[in-house]
Amino acid sequence: MSAPAVGVLALQGDAAPHVAALRGLGATPREVRALADLEGLSHLVLPGGESTTLAHLLDLFDLRAPLVAGWRAGRLALFGTCAGAILLGRDEGEAPRRLGVLDVTVRRNAYGRQVDSFAEPVVAPWLGQPPLGAVFIRAPRFADPGPGVEVLARRGDEPVLVRGPGALAATFHPELRDDARVHALFLATRPAAAEAAAASARG
Amino acid sequence: MTTTATPTATHENGSTTADPYELKVGLARMLAGGVILDVTTVEEARIAEDAGAAAVMALERVPADIRREGGVARMAALDRVVGIRDAVSIPVMAKARIGHFVEARVLEQLGVDFLDESEVLTPADEEFHIDKHAFRVPFVCGATNLGEALRRVGEGAALLRTKGEAGTGDVVEAVRHLRRIGREIRELTVAPREELMTRAKLLGAPYDLVRRVAEEGRLPVPNFAAGGVAGPADAALVMQLGAEAVFVGSGVFKSDDPARTAAAIVKATARHADAAVVAEACAETGAPMRGSSAAALEPAERLAGRGW
Repeated sequence: MSAPAVGVLALQGDAAPHVAALRGLGATPREVRALADLEGLSHLVLPGGESTTLAHLLDLFDLRAPLVAGWRAGRLALFGTCAGAILLGRDEGEAPRRLGVLDVTVRRNAYGRQVDSFAEPVVAPWLGQPPLGAVFIRAPRFADPGPGVEVLARRGDEPVLVRGPGALAATFHPELRDDARVHALFLATRPAAAEAAAASARG
Repeated sequence: MTTTATPTATHENGSTTADPYELKVGLARMLAGGVILDVTTVEEARIAEDAGAAAVMALERVPADIRREGGVARMAALDRVVGIRDAVSIPVMAKARIGHFVEARVLEQLGVDFLDESEVLTPADEEFHIDKHAFRVPFVCGATNLGEALRRVGEGAALLRTKGEAGTGDVVEAVRHLRRIGREIRELTVAPREELMTRAKLLGAPYDLVRRVAEEGRLPVPNFAAGGVAGPADAALVMQLGAEAVFVGSGVFKSDDPARTAAAIVKATARHADAAVVAEACAETGAPMRGSSAAALEPAERLAGRGW
């Protein structure tokens, strides 16, 4: 199987480590800054960064609607880490405005400030061994995942890696460690058509 | 689940399961492609956040005012830092004087996200910088050349920036520092291994870091531009010269329309290689700060010479 056509949103945030991780898996990622860069992509990473800045830039450069439309039409699978995960979450009226492609609440800066950032191994059955080294930087938290959302890894009781139809999100930064298992999982995630998303949401 | 239950969230250094240095450099990487704006009030901080700034630097006075008013420039008043910290959701930085590790501890206590050991403030020590490995909070430091950059990394800086010449609105010194560091890195990458020890001696930099730069062809931590960036064209210039993000000080809140200027600089930084977008951004700014030529400064007025 050839690697899918994958892009990394490169307006603000740590696009470079995502690009390196995807290259390591044999993909040839494209940096996405404008609408034309989305042409032909089946997968797109929204990196870590500042979610307010990323939301501002998505709106400024008219990328918000095309991303949601591509996801809804089953053409584009989305993967967000940290700030990217915030953007993918449920739109509940809070700033920054979310894309609403993943049926989960994502609370910003939910562990505190930078001095409260931490790294910790995360265990999950699908991962096998060794545990995943997870780096949490001013990290958000997932809450109330909907019935169509699968929790793929937890830290204690709380979800840190979740997947819904056509969308994967981590509150940590798999791109900052030399371990591409989460990126490989994303490349294996198929874009999901809206019907499938709705069916899955109904459970 | 309490927010204090994580074993690595203790504020003491050295007793964590994780390497806090990875977390420090990690936050620096999250700021890439962004603009960090100097702010002195809660209102300015909110303008910066709304304009898309990736972080703010909480200050008592912007560099242009420090230059004009003179006197000893210290860390900002704590109520000012706390007010700004509580007003925005983006990371908040603050400046401590070179070598003033107590100012740094105080600002760390306030939960500031990043500390700038800055030549813009009056140095507290004319020989030694802060031992930045001893802190849980990450530090950014200025550098004019590769030796200085690697000395600061050796001391624990998680992020570098050019010094430029703060408060002038003249980008020439930031350009000089980016060009020089880039050239010195390229020279190391082609140097035979047996030359690296003597080059480390000449640079005044730790040998292990010199060897790493020679092998990887880049700095061990991100390098941002700072000092004299006054508008969208300056921001795009320093980004194209290899800066990974931009600090903007007096350039925004000394312009005639700060909100527009800030938004335009954010836009030009994100899409710095696209001339059409940079042109739009230039058309959208207010009139820039008038500024002063860095070349016309007396040696004693040059901030970039501070730091050792």
